[in-house]
Amino acid sequence: MKRRLAAGVAAGVALTLGLSACGGGTGENKSDTSGNNASTTAAFNVAVDKVFNPSDKKGGVMKFAISSDWDSTDPGDTYYGLSWNLARLYTRALVMFKVAPGTASNEVVGDLAEDVGTPSDGGKTWTYKLREGLKYEDGTPILAKDVEYAVSRSLEKATLVNGPTYFDDFLDLKGYKGPYSDKGKDNPAIDTPDDRTIVFHLKKPYGGFDYFAQLPSTAPVPQAKDTGVKYKEHPVSSGPYMFKSYSAGKGFTLVRNPNWDPSTDPNRKALPDQYDVAIGVNADDVDNQIIAGTIQVDIAGTGVQPAALGRVLGDPTLKARADNPYALRLNYTSINPKVAPLDNIECRKAVMYAADRTLYQQAYGGPLAGGDIATGLLPPGIPGFQKLSVYPAGPDNKGDLAAAKDALQKCGQPNGFATNMAYRAERPKEKALAEALQQSLGRVGIKLTLKGFPTGDYFSLYAGKPSYRNGNKLGLMSNSWGADWNDGFGFLSQICDGRVIRETGGSSNLSVNIPEVNTMIDQAAAETDVNKRNPMWAAIDKRVMEEAVILPGVWAKQVSLRGTETTNVFVNDQYGMYDYLAMGLK
Amino acid sequence: MKASAAGACRPARVRQGRRPQPVSVVSYIIRRLIGAVLTLLVVSMITFGIFYLVPRWVGASAADLASRYVGRTANAEQVAAAVKALGLDKPFYVQFWTWLKAIFVGADFNTGTSIEHCPAPCLGYSFIGRNPVWPDLLDRLPVTGSLALGAAIIWLVSGVAIGVLSALRRGSFFDRTAMGVALAGVSLPIFWTGIVCLVIFSYGLGWTAPGGTYTPIEQNPALWAYHLILPWITLALLFSAAYARLTRAGMLETMGEDYIRTARAKGLEERTVVTRHGLRAALTPIVTIFGLDLGLLLGGAVLTESTFSLPGLGKYAIDGIIASDMPKVMGVTLLAAFFVVVANLIVDVLYAVIDPRVRLG
Repeated sequence: MKRRLAAGVAAGVALTLGLSACGGGTGENKSDTSGNNASTTAAFNVAVDKVFNPSDKKGGVMKFAISSDWDSTDPGDTYYGLSWNLARLYTRALVMFKVAPGTASNEVVGDLAEDVGTPSDGGKTWTYKLREGLKYEDGTPILAKDVEYAVSRSLEKATLVNGPTYFDDFLDLKGYKGPYSDKGKDNPAIDTPDDRTIVFHLKKPYGGFDYFAQLPSTAPVPQAKDTGVKYKEHPVSSGPYMFKSYSAGKGFTLVRNPNWDPSTDPNRKALPDQYDVAIGVNADDVDNQIIAGTIQVDIAGTGVQPAALGRVLGDPTLKARADNPYALRLNYTSINPKVAPLDNIECRKAVMYAADRTLYQQAYGGPLAGGDIATGLLPPGIPGFQKLSVYPAGPDNKGDLAAAKDALQKCGQPNGFATNMAYRAERPKEKALAEALQQSLGRVGIKLTLKGFPTGDYFSLYAGKPSYRNGNKLGLMSNSWGADWNDGFGFLSQICDGRVIRETGGSSNLSVNIPEVNTMIDQAAAETDVNKRNPMWAAIDKRVMEEAVILPGVWAKQVSLRGTETTNVFVNDQYGMYDYLAMGLK
Repeated sequence: MKASAAGACRPARVRQGRRPQPVSVVSYIIRRLIGAVLTLLVVSMITFGIFYLVPRWVGASAADLASRYVGRTANAEQVAAAVKALGLDKPFYVQFWTWLKAIFVGADFNTGTSIEHCPAPCLGYSFIGRNPVWPDLLDRLPVTGSLALGAAIIWLVSGVAIGVLSALRRGSFFDRTAMGVALAGVSLPIFWTGIVCLVIFSYGLGWTAPGGTYTPIEQNPALWAYHLILPWITLALLFSAAYARLTRAGMLETMGEDYIRTARAKGLEERTVVTRHGLRAALTPIVTIFGLDLGLLLGGAVLTESTFSLPGLGKYAIDGIIASDMPKVMGVTLLAAFFVVVANLIVDVLYAVIDPRVRLG
């Protein structure tokens, strides 16, 4: 009780100070923390759509920790949501998602650039204008050609292996490989007519280019300071913080960048004085330390471990410190149309009707730790989301056995059939799911033989390799997908476009190859008007569902714990975890 | 229970009519060092073989192997580039020879913008982190060393002391309790004991430091010890059980010997009888086990380091294994084997010091 009172008083004081700072006209804090969008009362789920403990108080050392390392701190060489979230502390991309809770974050705003991009040539050319007065941590000015260099170096997948390949795939490179392979050559797809203007030329029109421009690959890199694979040890900062120390696999420290000018940056408050990021801390210990207060945030952002879950949900004080956001991930099962008798759509429909969705949800951890029962592919946070009802599993979601049996009759297998189900052996939730499906499909005579495969090679060698999955008759394959960003393209293109399926394996798309859908994806991608584009993704979702090649399971949720000393805590829907840019300390 | 001297095939007591000619210690050490080098070579070949051959037995190609070290959306071209960059397309003996050669003459590595020379001993470049392995090993060695040596001293002193006292007070309440606690200590898994101790002593009572804190000794010796006290005690709890029981058994045997009665009859202090005559004879098996345990521990106390989040060699090895990062695992394996071999050598030489009846060679 006393702690809560103290917290309330502290927050109240901070709020007063914050308001007075605002009134003082420094003009640097523009994030929306007022009124009905904020709260100072600790409660379960308060930070999912509101700012908890809003504050402008500066100072303190923020303690971040994570149990396993991510790919890289090099902004051009990273593909983890948590890394993209964190990188905004020490880099600025061309544009960024608005730093706010709820659907407000779907809006793209200018970061290095004054505003979002200007399309021309039907969406094949995109132009951005940088702000004035931008400087690196050493005081040298940030120029448009540094952004060009940053994008160009990120193309070098032989050296910087980890990052996304959107620029490799969409820019009109005309054979240009990058500044390491094609030394001295200019990137024909990117022009910088002056120090503040940058122009991108694409192979085909793409309406959502701003989503590429918010990738950390566009964070500027001065060519003279590019050390290749070593750049991650000290990326040259364009943001409010810079690297003070770095130790591979152990952690790093960020301190204030003296040359960051807050008047050029309406998106960042930059409250703490320092960030200590500890890598490799035992996962259960991280949870215990957050509960005790020696660590503030688990930057993995995937929720507490099973050991702490019971404790958090059972203790009212701890539950009031917890939030239950969507992780913007769909856990589902791919139904392979190349394996008999699932090549007949009615047999696939039988699978969809008979599957018990409540058991699916239970296998993943129930409504809080597992997620919501999914009715389609797109999770509720994606703009254009529509609640679908294609092949529903009965009013109680436990399966529509009558419809399933009917479908089995139509596909010529009235007594059911047998097939194999693949899952990742090291993931207990996927094993539980496989067993749940075995049980629920068995009710109509569909017999599943469960086969576990090693997680590391699941996509490259087994389920993800067409020759293996078809040759070994993997009819059902457990799967999971989280969007690179919250729009239809970011979510659907890698799992619904048949053209991403590779014979050499590796794609997350295990079962969807519908020519009509491929065309619909191209059309939606080219549409530059976002209001016209979003319903097109919903239509693709429905069409894929109708083909019965994906059995949607749960839209993942997780239970996360807020730190004891943190302010401005809210879930950033774009990352499905707390926003690491806005947080401060009491 | 009398533990035989494991590893070194020589009896603890050599009863011979005449004292044999002592073998030169120097030549003995040189012979053992040559054997050590051969052992390290065999160990590294086997480890390398596991990484290289086992995937191929299950039908994986070089491209399949390389796909683990490239990003999520790598296309066939990128995988092929990775195969070349990591040398995965070369035959087993070529890859092994490249790695072996680098230990003696170093190797060059393309950072993208320049060619970096990795000086000898170059244990390769991490596939995942793209940085040289040897500096990482050197960086983490003090952490594992601090953990291992500190815990070793605690378990040796406490284990032997408890064992001696238990033997002298055989059957007493102290004896029974001590052996009971020792049994609990060796039975409880450290990944449970560690987390629970952290919750009770670090976060609950605030007596000890939280997990993941480590200060090098040269920065602040007091803080260094404070951060390590809980891992030391938890790790020592695991080992002191064995040492207490071993000492107790050895003491019970030697204290029953005739020469002990003679020593008492001569009028020597009980303390001298126990330590100089009783304990000294019982020490040989303890020294053997200690050498092996310490050698193994210096290779990385994997579970303790993971539980307390200490950035040592054990954690490094686990990270490498999970990521299939072959150079990391090779590096730690070689270093760990080196420590075990050296520890064995030291233990064997120490025999001659402790027990003059033992001859080298």
